[in-house]
Amino acid sequence: MDLNLDAPHSMGTTIVGVTYNGGVVLGADSRTSTGMYVANRASDKITQLTDNVYVCRSGSAADSQVVSDYVRYFLHQHTIQLGQPATVKVSANLIRMLAYNNKNMLQTGLIVGGWDKYEGGKIYGIPLGGTVVEQPFAIGGSGSSYLYGFFDQAWKENMTKEEAEQLVVKAVSLAIARDGASGGVVRTVIINSEGVTRNFYPGDKLQLWHEELEPQNSLLDILNAAGPEPMAM
Amino acid sequence: MEQNRGPIGQRQRCSSGLTTKKSSPPPPILLRSNQKMSSIGTGYDLSVTTFSPDGRVFQIEYAAKAVDNSGTVVGIKCKDGIVMAVAGLAADGRQIVARAKSEARSYESVYGDAVPVKELSERVASYVHLCTLYWWLRPFGCGVILGGYDKDGPQLYMIEPSGISYRYFGAAIGKGKQAAKTEIEKLKLSEMTCKEGVIEVAKIIYKLHDEAKDKAFELEMSWICEESKREHQKVPDDLLEEAKTAAKTALEEMDAD
Repeated sequence: MDLNLDAPHSMGTTIVGVTYNGGVVLGADSRTSTGMYVANRASDKITQLTDNVYVCRSGSAADSQVVSDYVRYFLHQHTIQLGQPATVKVSANLIRMLAYNNKNMLQTGLIVGGWDKYEGGKIYGIPLGGTVVEQPFAIGGSGSSYLYGFFDQAWKENMTKEEAEQLVVKAVSLAIARDGASGGVVRTVIINSEGVTRNFYPGDKLQLWHEELEPQNSLLDILNAAGPEPMAM
Repeated sequence: MEQNRGPIGQRQRCSSGLTTKKSSPPPPILLRSNQKMSSIGTGYDLSVTTFSPDGRVFQIEYAAKAVDNSGTVVGIKCKDGIVMAVAGLAADGRQIVARAKSEARSYESVYGDAVPVKELSERVASYVHLCTLYWWLRPFGCGVILGGYDKDGPQLYMIEPSGISYRYFGAAIGKGKQAAKTEIEKLKLSEMTCKEGVIEVAKIIYKLHDEAKDKAFELEMSWICEESKREHQKVPDDLLEEAKTAAKTALEEMDAD
């Protein structure tokens, strides 16, 4: 088995951001891998930029951390000059500037989510090339491939906070089940006018899916079970 | 100064309008003996990088006096917008407007959103202040009344040649500014719509004009409000005419007493 421990840390990742009636819910898995080795099984991929804006990081761990650090610094200055909290739109645009202008060197996809008094809850997806797209929900990372169909079916407008969080947890745990590069725990962050709430769902508390369930009335069980005793004569 | 071109404004999503004014460079000290707060600098006023013994920078004060000698500019913030009146435009202003436009553009390209009025006025004030710091630059002899409409509604800022900038409900610069301020204070701005504001401002400008002392003047007005679709524009001609007529009538009524 190739275990290249010197390979750059990548966050295989599943990240999700969803708007609901009154705010946003951000969700992510917690696996950071170096090739086949899981370097950190409990990482926190949802990073704070300001009091009211958070970002989900995917792709290269180092690149996404550095970009977040720069943008946190710029937003801090901006907040001081403005005299009031920065808007989610501005945060997304600052990330976009870095992502686009350094596209040759960076490999990170980000989902920015937050709440401000002008626009309410907003989600912005910033994939690899540096586009910014404002979306009612966004998914990213290697695990997101398995969620496109799921969201097409399960997403609806104006969910409540509880519905939205359940949707996020379900989505991330479905992706963890299928994507080898995602795993660990599910972390969620809920942002609305009242503030920010962090939640944590350990791996063993997540719902089991499909092939992870105990087989019930499976033919394999019957065939493999010891046959009835031969009749005694 | 008689070249009354329209108010210098800029069109963009946030719509900040600028009206600026300035006049000729300050006359030499010797002629200033009859000014109100008169104080000649004698020796401490030759450069903007020199403080006087009592802590004043005379060059900045002279720049302000330059503004005071120009025609009056008035701006008021009504409950639904901003009205600015211009009676005389000038050239330092053009430089400031160019800078303001460039700041607004650069903010939008970095932050992806229209520049808030507060931020723009702080940047313009910073630029004006910059020119009071170096011996090889002279201060702007120009006061700026900046009106704009952003996410927080209509706002009015005034920037003086010293680089001070504050937010106002009503502001005036130029020759008749004291009298104009007195008149503005009589108005109830929070209850006034922009349309009413246009008439009131016209009345103020006409009232301030002294037939004997001042040259003939041309009234120009611009506004930003819901009616102008949050864009800076010259007050529409019919409303302007209505305002001028109302102002003249008011004057005659006063004289008739």
